Amino acid sequence: MRAVITVVGNDTVGILSKVSGICAEYGINVEDVTQSILQGVFAMIMIVDMSNCTVDIPALKESFEKAQKEMGVEIRLTRTEVFDAMHRI
Amino acid sequence: MINTNDILETIHMINDENLDVRTVTMGISLLDCADEDPKKACKKIYNKITEKAKNLVPIVERISNEYGIPVVNKRISVTPISMLLASAKNANPVDYAIALDQAAKKVGVNFIGGFSALVHKGFSAGDQELIASIPEALSKTDFVCSSVNIGSTKSGINMDAVKMMGPIIKRAAELTKDNQCLGAAKLVVFCNAPEDNPFMAGAFHGVGEPDCVIHVGVSGPGAVRAALEKNAKGCRTDEVAELIKRTAFKITRMGQLVGTLAAESLGVPFGIVDLSLAPTPAIGDSVANILEEIGLESCGCCGTTAALAMLNDAVKKGGVMASNHVGGLSGAFIPVSEDDGMIKAVRKGSLTMEKLEAMTAVCSVGIDMVIIPGDTTDAVISALIADEAAIGMVNSKTTAVRVIPAIGKQIGDELDFGGLLGYAPVMPISTYSPEVFINRGGRLPSPLQALKN
Repeated sequence: MRAVITVVGNDTVGILSKVSGICAEYGINVEDVTQSILQGVFAMIMIVDMSNCTVDIPALKESFEKAQKEMGVEIRLTRTEVFDAMHRI
Repeated sequence: MINTNDILETIHMINDENLDVRTVTMGISLLDCADEDPKKACKKIYNKITEKAKNLVPIVERISNEYGIPVVNKRISVTPISMLLASAKNANPVDYAIALDQAAKKVGVNFIGGFSALVHKGFSAGDQELIASIPEALSKTDFVCSSVNIGSTKSGINMDAVKMMGPIIKRAAELTKDNQCLGAAKLVVFCNAPEDNPFMAGAFHGVGEPDCVIHVGVSGPGAVRAALEKNAKGCRTDEVAELIKRTAFKITRMGQLVGTLAAESLGVPFGIVDLSLAPTPAIGDSVANILEEIGLESCGCCGTTAALAMLNDAVKKGGVMASNHVGGLSGAFIPVSEDDGMIKAVRKGSLTMEKLEAMTAVCSVGIDMVIIPGDTTDAVISALIADEAAIGMVNSKTTAVRVIPAIGKQIGDELDFGGLLGYAPVMPISTYSPEVFINRGGRLPSPLQALKN
């Protein structure tokens, strides 16, 4: 299963390390990372392979929520099928 | 490779513009639950619903979590209960409502629709008993929703049923007057009711439907408004319509994906996607705000009907290509208490009952979630139903009336239902009497439009 992790918020030191650390902890392989500033807001997009993920999605989201609070950003996990459905005919 | 801008656009729509799948609704046929013995019938109803829908909530929540798509409501629609009452003489319809309520609570859905009767051409066994019991049924249950279809393009309008529904709505409000008259907010009177509607309070499972089916209702007024805010400056009207179509396409594709996944996981057929713009009281998630973004100073001013007609049409055109099967109500909703922009427009006096009635001729529903003075007469409510039904009948479209008489309150007061049902001020309605007309009863003949064969 491939998914997209998006991180949107203020650009602070260690965001990439924090999120990729969580991924590594749970066996999620990061395939690609892009970062951009969108209307003054930091946005990081990670394409990940979750086929060897060792926890279920609610537990993973809990870890992201914890990181969200620590870093003041919004972290979201979305399966790639959603973007394919919405943006490709 | 997925485009970065596409990813961020989707995330922005979900995070900041209230994009969501408004409801995943499981339709369940109860035709095989009819029994002469009402107790046995209620037991069969409870058992069938709790068996068929036992995994509905956990599976939809799993999909929502995994795919990152918010799904606001999980609901159930069932066969109109009056059909089951037909075979159980002397049954108390309220017992059936209680069975539905208990089943809904057991499986964890937040509404169950189908305490309904289809009487557009006349009453059959069980219909009048069910209608008479609606106020009590809604006051004794938490999650049951009720609807009555009193007219259609093919059959005309059952004016005897119209006459009945005025006092029924009033009574539903009276019996729940200590709870913001909430009973009336769970009761819809339809003309041309769709049999596959996933939205409450009017959802029921039509007799032409499969035994069990999944329908999805999409939403996204916030996303449409934001798309116009960003891109529509200086655009001509046809370009604005194009922008709405593109956004509606994306919204609907998300609903189609969720519906397909839910149906597969639950092992039931996927029915339809209802292409609707369903507002919420959240700021910005408003159909009225879209109309204002198109260029109206305030919803309800001259131009509102034309802008709404364009919006409604563009939503359908964008959505229809995004979905295999489109159904339900499909169009823009204009429920006053559920739409932040409409509430504000009513408060400032720019949106009136008469303008709302005109708007219902070009969008998907009718006079919806409108609060009227508690002393409005039964005949006035019935006549409002007749007016709306006539618009639906002549235009071959669904129209509906969901008004809440605010018992003990007057113009300027407000009711607050909480949650998605929202809040709104009491709106003025003409007090001149239509009583003689309503008391005539009988049937309003179907129009020439019905003769298509």
